[in-house]
Amino acid sequence: MAEEKIIMAGFGGQGVMSMGQLLTYAGMLEDKNVSWLPSYGPEMRGGTANCSVIVSEKQVGSPVITNDATSAIVMNLPSLDKFEKDVVEGGNLLINESLIERKAERSDLSIYYIKANEIANEIGNSKVANMVMLGAYLELTKIVKVESVIEALKKVFGPAKEHLVPMNKEALERGAESIK
Amino acid sequence: MAKMLMKGNEAIGAAAIQAGCKFFFGYPITPQNELPEYMSRELPKIEGGAFVQAESEVAAINMIYGAAGAGARCMTSSSSPGMALKQEGISYIAGAELPAVIVNISRGGPGLGGIQPSQADYFQSTRGGGNGDYRHLVYAPASLQEAVDLVMEAFDVADYYRNPVIVLGDGMIGQMMEPVEFKKSNGRELPAKDWATTGTKEERTPNIINSLALDPAKLEEHNRKLTRKYKEIEKNEVRHEDYKTEDADVVIVAYGTTARIARNAVDALREEGIKAGMMRPITLWPFPEAAIQKVTHTAKALLSVEMSEGQMVEDVRLANEGKLPVHFYGRSGGMIPSPDEIADKVKEIIGGVK
Repeated sequence: MAEEKIIMAGFGGQGVMSMGQLLTYAGMLEDKNVSWLPSYGPEMRGGTANCSVIVSEKQVGSPVITNDATSAIVMNLPSLDKFEKDVVEGGNLLINESLIERKAERSDLSIYYIKANEIANEIGNSKVANMVMLGAYLELTKIVKVESVIEALKKVFGPAKEHLVPMNKEALERGAESIK
Repeated sequence: MAKMLMKGNEAIGAAAIQAGCKFFFGYPITPQNELPEYMSRELPKIEGGAFVQAESEVAAINMIYGAAGAGARCMTSSSSPGMALKQEGISYIAGAELPAVIVNISRGGPGLGGIQPSQADYFQSTRGGGNGDYRHLVYAPASLQEAVDLVMEAFDVADYYRNPVIVLGDGMIGQMMEPVEFKKSNGRELPAKDWATTGTKEERTPNIINSLALDPAKLEEHNRKLTRKYKEIEKNEVRHEDYKTEDADVVIVAYGTTARIARNAVDALREEGIKAGMMRPITLWPFPEAAIQKVTHTAKALLSVEMSEGQMVEDVRLANEGKLPVHFYGRSGGMIPSPDEIADKVKEIIGGVK
């Protein structure tokens, strides 16, 4: 891995910001160079939310990802519409099939359809759909270890919410299985 | 201390507290709100620390005037239109020779403008929006680690020179997350604050904090004293970073997050065999004139890249002293230049100077 540039997008409440932060945190725990840049502004209220995460072996240059994303994780249709064009040729496009009915238009990408919400509901909490997507992404790229994400989760949750870790771990694992 | 993943605004607040900042006065404005939010949560936990949400930016900067006059380490922050309101107070603070750290997480203008990243406050920061012959240091961090380091340094520099110091980041610096580490500052020897209004206890003559001097001769004397101090700052505090400038045909001049984008452009151009480099001012005032003059001996052209319609380019031209062609590329209003756009501009210039 030289450099992964990931766009994560969905609507507010789908946990795209925290999914990005966990990946960033995990990268930091593995001593990689990382940056996390959120979209901020009025579009966050009810519309799409997105963040750009860079995990790199070298110093992170621009934290902005324009049309050079190596991967995109899209959780809803407006996000697919907006970011499909921004992935580089040969990059990964992970689509939340539970909420997005249309197929990808590009044929020069590795495209994965993941029933993130169904899987999350089977686990028992629709809120972990983001972790299902992240699990699938990590299985594909292996840019950080799943254990590092779990470690990051523990730090972010703190002792009071540590009981939520197993559910999130299961979501990561189920996400990984879904694309095998 | 281990690395922590923090949002820029929070990291700046944490750095200020590490540097001994006890007081924060501010008024909300996007995209810097996490900074006062952080201070409102953390400062009350510190003995003698206080956070006040003022009724306006004007009130907040005058609270800084008061707290700084009493010798306390204090900070205020705002974003572009709010910084415009603070300019009168900054002029008074500079005139009264008080140390204070002021953070501007800037956004698009003029007027209320927008909330996305912008560097259109270069003139405001380096020329001063307030009245009179005054100057202040302007630090422009390009990463969160640098923001943390410079905020901590800013408190020492402000105390050392008895002068306000501005830390200028754009909205991206405020909103992004990166790992940061809090390191001890290099420990300048700082003079005692024997000028502060701390109460005479009837043991000394009263200290007076003032910027009014009606006698022209006295005011000129004061102005000359300030000028000597500003010359000292120009001599001692200039900072910049050179990136692949030694053999560069085109040297990009860019600061803050724009410099990170320009760095990507330089790398991409180098891969194509085009000799590009970058000089990144870390202090905007004093401007790294010597660094510009140095590359005029080896480069063929300069290119100022900014998130503005062209402000720093004037300082580049002044430092260049007419030696090389000076070009400009800018995006504004919250639009962010891409590495491709910058690379294309360099190619256009190379085509012209060959």
